[in-house]
Amino acid sequence: MGQTLSEKIISEHCGRQVNPGDLVIADVDAAMVQDGTGPLSVKELEKAGLVQAVHPERTVFFLDHASPSPRSELSNAHNILRSFAARTGVIVSEIGEGVCHQRMVEEFARPGDLLVGADSHTVTSGALGAFATGMGSSDVGFAIALGKVWLRVPETFKIELTGSFKPGVFAKDLMLSVIGHIGADGATYKAMEFLGPVAHTLPMHERFVLSNMSVEAGAKAGLFAADNVTKAYLEDAGRGEDFTALAPDDDAVYEKTFSFDLGEIEPTVSFPHTVDNTRKVGEARGIKIDQAFIGTCTNGRLEDLRIAEEIVKGKKVASGVRFLIVPASRKVYLEAMREGLMETFVEAGGVIQPPGCGPCVGIHQGVLGDGEVCISAQNRNFGGRMGNPEGSIYLASPATVAASALTGKITDPREFL
Amino acid sequence: MTLLKGKVFKFGDDISTDHITPGRYFHLRGDMAKLAEHTLKDADPTFAKKVQSGDFVVGGRNFGLGSSREHAPRVIAECKVSAVLARSFARIFYRNSINVGLPVLECDTDGIDAGDELEVDLAQGVIRNLTKGEEINFTPIPEFMRGLLADGGLAAHIKKHGGFKL
Repeated sequence: MGQTLSEKIISEHCGRQVNPGDLVIADVDAAMVQDGTGPLSVKELEKAGLVQAVHPERTVFFLDHASPSPRSELSNAHNILRSFAARTGVIVSEIGEGVCHQRMVEEFARPGDLLVGADSHTVTSGALGAFATGMGSSDVGFAIALGKVWLRVPETFKIELTGSFKPGVFAKDLMLSVIGHIGADGATYKAMEFLGPVAHTLPMHERFVLSNMSVEAGAKAGLFAADNVTKAYLEDAGRGEDFTALAPDDDAVYEKTFSFDLGEIEPTVSFPHTVDNTRKVGEARGIKIDQAFIGTCTNGRLEDLRIAEEIVKGKKVASGVRFLIVPASRKVYLEAMREGLMETFVEAGGVIQPPGCGPCVGIHQGVLGDGEVCISAQNRNFGGRMGNPEGSIYLASPATVAASALTGKITDPREFL
Repeated sequence: MTLLKGKVFKFGDDISTDHITPGRYFHLRGDMAKLAEHTLKDADPTFAKKVQSGDFVVGGRNFGLGSSREHAPRVIAECKVSAVLARSFARIFYRNSINVGLPVLECDTDGIDAGDELEVDLAQGVIRNLTKGEEINFTPIPEFMRGLLADGGLAAHIKKHGGFKL
């Protein structure tokens, strides 16, 4: 029987041909924790007497959620991670280096890898053809120390893409539409694989958005085949040697197939307080906003900043609106500065913050006030997500966020493109 | 641990890990007892004050969706909740709960109301609603996870077996 991408990768990592539903102990190629989850991993490993890492050169501790730290407790949490790293040789990605998932795809994740991370958006690396999945602190801690993890082999949903985007429509709009269609628990426990001829034409930054948000449909992983686009991306990053081609078998078995025509997708917005509460941007038109945020592991990449810059260039942010920009990594930040994007944002009235998670998790850098509304390019809009249960979050593409920042109301980006 | 008994705290669908452990208490993650004072705060602000040892958290669909924070099941366990019952669970929350030794039972929760007295027999696989005089079956926990739970969670499992044991 043919295998899906996920089945192939898991088979490679447990030494036998697997089927959905099998329980396996698999070898882990790379592992990561972040400053919110890592200290608990360290505590568990210390308690177990396992202060060790099997692959220190492929284990990364990211200081990105509270970055720079706004409180002493979190500064101490950072030092717990730095100290474990000093003892074991694992890599620390310091303040200002960027969001874990962006850094993983820039430097560490490879096609065919089995990668675990103590952060739900670890699935982002699936865009490079890795089986990458989020777990808790204990699972990832022991994966770091022992180089292994237990897994149940998931069934796979095939997401078949056809057509091409109309102007002003982006991968974010597609993924919000997919989640709106199948529901926030529609793919619970499944692997989502984005396939079909059109999937091979999608650039990497769009693939990252789709893989990143697969977890918002409940998925365990969200993968693309590793093809020529993947190869070019890795070569551009000076990592050509990390490439291996990877495709599912023609006779692979999918539990379900969903088909989406990109040409039918409109700019889409998730209304508060669930990601699957999606509507076309027209239905959100005119909703007053207090804050507009572009950044995160979903939409803080160079291409996202470029489209936002195109929209705000030569214009001013609406009075009373806070327009926050957080590049996803230092690399993105530097390239955006070289291209002059940051200058445009600042001239328009935007606020640039250091690479990291920014205000997405409600810790710092843009906490909402009571009754305030934020339109954000992030991936979650749960009650309280941005630090205040009395705030509301609408999710959209960077283009929609930028257009809304200019008018002070949720706005169709096509009015500015 | 096989016979659990307590009162129900009832929640709706889509209770996220942000509801259970809000991001604004991120700085308390190093102190589980303090973090637990805010358990489920954004779903029921008074939960942590009212809950008693042995009580049950009962949700609807997709309980525990969102972030991978293991602190979510840990604070629920810290409140001495004996089990979480829901129509369905998000994957990472389910796995984390078993890893920290918190029983999570997938069952039809529509007929269970706040304040009901429940008795759960983990060995027999049955939930008895003592208030309503009803019995509810739950989807069996997969065998390997049942073993993890019986060992007392992942860390205890690894200590006991010297590694993973299927």
